[in-house]
Amino acid sequence: MPAFHPSLALRRPQRFLPSVWDALIFALVIGGLLLITLGGRQTFEPLAEAAKTPISLSPAMLPEYALRTTLRMLAGIVASLVFTFCYGALAVKSRRAEIVMVPLLDILQSIPVLSFLAFTTTFFLALFPGQVLGVEFAAIFAIFTGQAWNMTFSFYQSLKTVPRDLDDVANSLRLGSWRKFWTLEVPFAAPGLIWNAMMSMSGTWFFVVACEAITVGNTTVSLPGVGSYVALAIQQKDLAAVGWAVLAMLVVILSYDQLLFRPLVAWAEKFRVELSVGNAPPPSSWLLDFFQRADLARKVWRPIGEFAESLMRLRFSRKVRAPQAVAEVWSSRWFDWAWFALIAVFALWAGWSVILFVGREVSLREVVAVFGLGGLTLARVLILIAIASVIWTPIGVWVGLRPRWAAAVQPIAQFMAAFPSNLLFPIVVVGIVRFHLMPDIWLSPLIILGTQWYILFNVIAGATAFPNDLREAAASFRVTGWAWWRKVALPGIFPYYVTGAITASGGAWNASIVAEVASWGSDRLEAHGLGSFIADATAKADMPRIVLGTVVISLFVVLFNRILWRPLFNFASKRLRLD
Amino acid sequence: MSDIKTAERPLDQTGDVLLEVQSIRQAYPKGGGADLLVLDGVSLILKSGEIVGLLGRSGSGKSSLLRIIAGLAKPVSGRVTWRDKPLTGPSEGIAMVFQSFALFPWLTVLENVEIGLEPLGIPAAERRKRSLEAIDLIGLDGFESAYPKELSGGMRQRVGFARALVVHPELLLMDEPFSALDVLTAETLRTDLIDLWVENKLPLRSILIVTHNIEEAVLMCDRVVIFAANPGRIAAEIKIDLPYPRNRNDEKFRKFVDDIYGRMTNPYDPALKMERRAADAVATAGVAMVLPEVSPNLLAGLMETLAGEPFNGKADLPEIADELTLEVDELFPIVETLQLLRFAVVAHGDIRLTPEGRRFVDLDVDARKHLFAAQLVAHVPIAALIQRVLQERPSRRAPYTRFSEELEDFMSEEFAEETLKAVIDWGRYAELFAYDEQAQAFSLEDPE
Repeated sequence: MPAFHPSLALRRPQRFLPSVWDALIFALVIGGLLLITLGGRQTFEPLAEAAKTPISLSPAMLPEYALRTTLRMLAGIVASLVFTFCYGALAVKSRRAEIVMVPLLDILQSIPVLSFLAFTTTFFLALFPGQVLGVEFAAIFAIFTGQAWNMTFSFYQSLKTVPRDLDDVANSLRLGSWRKFWTLEVPFAAPGLIWNAMMSMSGTWFFVVACEAITVGNTTVSLPGVGSYVALAIQQKDLAAVGWAVLAMLVVILSYDQLLFRPLVAWAEKFRVELSVGNAPPPSSWLLDFFQRADLARKVWRPIGEFAESLMRLRFSRKVRAPQAVAEVWSSRWFDWAWFALIAVFALWAGWSVILFVGREVSLREVVAVFGLGGLTLARVLILIAIASVIWTPIGVWVGLRPRWAAAVQPIAQFMAAFPSNLLFPIVVVGIVRFHLMPDIWLSPLIILGTQWYILFNVIAGATAFPNDLREAAASFRVTGWAWWRKVALPGIFPYYVTGAITASGGAWNASIVAEVASWGSDRLEAHGLGSFIADATAKADMPRIVLGTVVISLFVVLFNRILWRPLFNFASKRLRLD
Repeated sequence: MSDIKTAERPLDQTGDVLLEVQSIRQAYPKGGGADLLVLDGVSLILKSGEIVGLLGRSGSGKSSLLRIIAGLAKPVSGRVTWRDKPLTGPSEGIAMVFQSFALFPWLTVLENVEIGLEPLGIPAAERRKRSLEAIDLIGLDGFESAYPKELSGGMRQRVGFARALVVHPELLLMDEPFSALDVLTAETLRTDLIDLWVENKLPLRSILIVTHNIEEAVLMCDRVVIFAANPGRIAAEIKIDLPYPRNRNDEKFRKFVDDIYGRMTNPYDPALKMERRAADAVATAGVAMVLPEVSPNLLAGLMETLAGEPFNGKADLPEIADELTLEVDELFPIVETLQLLRFAVVAHGDIRLTPEGRRFVDLDVDARKHLFAAQLVAHVPIAALIQRVLQERPSRRAPYTRFSEELEDFMSEEFAEETLKAVIDWGRYAELFAYDEQAQAFSLEDPE
């Protein structure tokens, strides 16, 4: 199944140099986070409840833990979906909101979730002091942040590319905005939305596992779930337990995939507006087929379906038109300027508060040192992406050009991408400790362990989608060897590769926060880099340094994306599209 | 065929005024000052019982006018009155059929047809009954549970018709409804529609159709309104009083078609005078000439067809359009380019090869290129300018922007880009100069 990166569907080139807007929004976001922690810090309370039922390492508890983890996941997805609809619809309907909301999304997408885990945990703990609910919310929120931005972006872009004639039909039939939303806009966006939800899920298992057991200062949060099971196993040096956890995770991901997502993706094919002839066979799901053919299933579904339809038919009374004068002021340029000024003021104030807050405890020299650490992590990410590309691209192309291999390997690669690699870290750490290897070098591959698969399966998808007639032309003119790679294969799969590499590098930054500091029992391995800096600061609940670390890592990610990936993306969409 | 209750409509007389369009102006803002004027003071009256056609080339604003009447766009100035009330948006009683069918891919045929009935507050049973009737009327019985993916183009457009007719509109708007269909299917649909209209089976009072196919307009319409382009305005209105069903081979039919071709290519008609070109304006326009993108292959092809049997260098435009199955939008740019390059002369619906044109047809590839180059430099000022600039510069290179900026002094960015694309295409064919797209630069290739 081709990997569909929504940005590739948009033809206009995206800007890659950060604009003033980006800087303002950036400041706003960081400021917002700061506000949240400052507010929460005052009413900090230790959690007595959670300590009552400690995590047990017996494998018999695993099914229950796996279930809890899965439920958290589902809650996160539902929350993301609601957010997506509201945010996306608002951004499209209101021009002014759009100017702020789209760069906001972009930046939120780039900030590594795990770096501000400390903020969100503290916030939710303070919101529900002394209750497990607060902790659950913190975990669900982390899942939400892993899913929501990606889905919202996809939804927003789908809304912007609704075919004009369908839009005209909906308007000329006077369906009304509510009906139009559910009859036209959501179905049109459904394939991209579901695909992106599936893709973000892959990263989200990683977060779930990472944030089920975190330590923020004096508080150790341990929610019953697979992640805390593994955390305890690491503490007690129980490698067997780690193995059981890995097995449990495999089962969970497999069932999620087969029982939830594959049927959804197959069902969403119904909504695909065929703008060009696709050459890949449509995805299928045994569960969906079963559901559609089994009579009993349909009978059960019918009342639900009818209820949903009647909801759709709700007619809201005609909008009261605002008096002419108010409407004019609202849409005047003067008001635009007022809006921009408001945003700018907030952003500057937020930025200044951050600088003050951080500056109180951190010297300028340390700030420079942190930037240096960021450079180290950047080097790691770059080198590892390059190594992963060199290894997996040829393999991906080889597999992709052979349909039977592709059909077999691609689901495996997607599965590997979904599997939370942090469950495998302890195994690597044990190896490093036993052989006394240098953490700086040998912890680095952990960053790419989970995310290299994105490159693989995207390249496979690219090679599968490569037009057959171009392959045959190359073969009949006997283009082989390096020339074949340079002129035929690599340009052909380039857009897909870039999609995979962008996702991989984003995941790598996130992974760096949990990979650069790894422990096994009492052994603690630390590699020099921004990730370990943030992890340390989180463990010590050192708020100013957490903020500093988050700002620096976000800056790096945003700039990295703009300077490296966007131009590649633009190049790919302009020159290397195969249509 | 089932019977749908129709409004009273005597066939021979047209009745009261349904729609009034008064001095509509439509413009789109373009970056850098002047708006692009798409419609300039267009006025129109539509009465019940008639089919009116809006005929013109692309860019003449007819689709914009249709969108305004459908309530999908707001004009910059002017008024539209529907049933004596001003039009403020999509109105009751007006339904539209789209060129691209515009069916929701995730709804079945029946659901697609029903969708327009819900905003009218009609109960479910009645909706189903009406939809099934409409589907039956339009000939889609049996396809109710099919998805659009499973249907051919003609069937999809029938669904589009059913959807529009099921709400029992008084006015049916059609935006080039048959242009996305192959010739046979289009013909079938047209005749089916006319049959239904004549038999009073359509729940309609009048139809407004936008088309760029002259024969279609004469086949279907009581009145044809001819649009001119740049800016869009009404050039002429022709009443067609032939009885239905009309026969393409009928002598009166052919006379109407000829008449329209003639009117649309008359260089001396002041109403048709466009800012773009007319034979005499070429000399004075200088580089400020917007050029159509026509490939040299098409030019050569038309010249060869014209030179061969049975035309022998002179032809009636409708005939040659028929021979090559070209529509107005495809034929006119080719014909105008030939006229610009002095390969042919066009007047009053006839096209005639000039001596250069005749010579072109008989020459071989290289010699053709030389002749083309000579005509290009002589009659297209921007091409001559490019060649001159390249010759003057010692490096024999000039950037794209050197010329695009000069053109943008006289025309909008889009037109400048279009013009330069056309010139690049012709210049490359004529081996007059070379163009590097990556570097965006012209350079002079040494002649052999």
